[in-house]
Amino acid sequence: MTATTSRAQRTRSLVLHLICIGVGALIVVPVWFGVIGGFKDNGQLSTNPLGLPDPWVPQNYTDLFASGVFWRQLGNSLLIAVSSTVIVVGAAAMAAFVFARYAFRGREFLVTLFAIGLMFPFAVAILPLFVLLRSMGLLDNPLGVILPQAAFGLPITIIILRQFFRTIPAEVEEAAVLDGCSSFGFFWRVLLPMARPALATVSVLAVVTSWNNFMLPLVVFSDQSWWTLPVGVQAFQGQYADDTARVLAYVVLSMIPALGFYAVAERQLIGGLTGSVKG
Amino acid sequence: MTRPSTVSDTRRGDTATDPPAPGPGTTRQRGRQPRPGRGGVLAVFLAPALALFLLLVVAPILVAGYASLYKWNGFGLPENFVGLDNYTRAFSDPTFRGDLWRGLVLVLLSLAVQLPAALALAMLLNQPLRGRAAYRLIFFAPYVLSEVTTAVLFTLVFSPNRGLGESVSRWLGADAGAVFADPDTVLFAVFLVVSWKYFGLYMMLFLAARQGIPKELSEAAVTDGATAWQAFRHVTLPLLGPTIRISIFLSVIGTIQLFDMVWVLTGGGPIHTSETMAVTMYQYGFRRFEVGYASAISIVMFLLSLVFALFYQRIVLRRDTAGAITNQGGQR
Repeated sequence: MTATTSRAQRTRSLVLHLICIGVGALIVVPVWFGVIGGFKDNGQLSTNPLGLPDPWVPQNYTDLFASGVFWRQLGNSLLIAVSSTVIVVGAAAMAAFVFARYAFRGREFLVTLFAIGLMFPFAVAILPLFVLLRSMGLLDNPLGVILPQAAFGLPITIIILRQFFRTIPAEVEEAAVLDGCSSFGFFWRVLLPMARPALATVSVLAVVTSWNNFMLPLVVFSDQSWWTLPVGVQAFQGQYADDTARVLAYVVLSMIPALGFYAVAERQLIGGLTGSVKG
Repeated sequence: MTRPSTVSDTRRGDTATDPPAPGPGTTRQRGRQPRPGRGGVLAVFLAPALALFLLLVVAPILVAGYASLYKWNGFGLPENFVGLDNYTRAFSDPTFRGDLWRGLVLVLLSLAVQLPAALALAMLLNQPLRGRAAYRLIFFAPYVLSEVTTAVLFTLVFSPNRGLGESVSRWLGADAGAVFADPDTVLFAVFLVVSWKYFGLYMMLFLAARQGIPKELSEAAVTDGATAWQAFRHVTLPLLGPTIRISIFLSVIGTIQLFDMVWVLTGGGPIHTSETMAVTMYQYGFRRFEVGYASAISIVMFLLSLVFALFYQRIVLRRDTAGAITNQGGQR
């Protein structure tokens, strides 16, 4: 009796593993194709797309490391992601604090306005935004990407932080105020340190969205020296359309920072996404 | 604006009507100006977020609405008022009508294929299974890759010359030897790439929701004689309802705004067969400088999202007590 159940269980878990491995292969094979494809020449790619390179051609990768263009785009992406994240988390934390802990007229209206903002994607606003940035002289200026990026990140950041701030008991604030804390002192010295997990979550979300944004830098930067990685990768593909191996190397290099960041910040990212949806 | 010395006198907003707290502080404070800057505090804290949001998010939408009533090339001020002509033009243009149709097809495909697959995988990964943390990590990984990187990778993966394109195309039944060049397969191929990137997100949402359901519930059903399927169908699935409804919502809103992936994979071609509203908008706005017409398309996208969201919130999400979008639950 016990033997048969354990056997049935073993079959079951084998089937589960097979399904997971099958799906995992669908994810991994394209990436694998890219990584090893970057080590091939184009002849090898035509005759042997999936096998190991023979011989290995590291030149595609080493050329990119040496060229400087990749590093500049990496630096631009980093600058924009970090600055817009600092701005959006700072501004959203202050607003969420007020929304979570003060009752005032018009609060619900403002909260709803920001919530509706979830439905304002770049694609809807990009044209007038472009005209606006042009008249402010912010085209080909990193601020032209950083500020809109931060602005469009506000809704989700405020919603998540507000829900977290509500969970901090009112007694904590009363104690802080009795000890002579101002509103700002409480916010800065008590609330923000307590909210560190939530701040980490929204920061990770903001970094990922900014890092991946394409449309905004695409229209704001016509000067190549400001291009971010997504814009650079797309342009590189256009430029070297016939040199598949070289483009693959560029794609793989541009994936590495994102995947590395994912490895480090996986918990915060998933916590943020699931938390924000569950409410 | 508030002076720093008065900020320190304000009390917590929720208790603004409470009597002042007794204690040594009360007498000290009596000498100063009474309850000065609560409004000031609110203004200072709200100002950065509101300024950014109104200037860079709300204002552009309003400007788009205004510009959509003009024939305008984007330079100078719009002068050539045409009323709703841009809108009637959009709805009589086969490309734009095709955009709506293709959006609908993508949503239906997503509802019929992507979400159920993600749900099934989430249920699998909820079982005790050695190495499931690693599976989870892999399934979710594409979500962090940018749409552009993903799209460029897949154009090369499906490349008929040097990729896996030949075999994949044959398997999908495309004659041209390239899935992205054949009008019959291109939309389906785009859908596959979108699913590759996003199914992990939905899987993770479902998994988190599943783990929030107490084990006792489905165990009790099984003890009462239900099969595993019955327990899933009648106990687990209804409890996953809120997350499923939010996922459908995200999927629809995401499809209305689909741009990066299509732009890089196909540019909307061949002959518009994979074009989306956002791609059409971009073509007219940034390539042909018909900013007025492109603004009208933006506004249609915005209204579709908004109307869908309001309708969805009224009809579907109303029974979910709390949610990021609805924001109805847990008001103080």
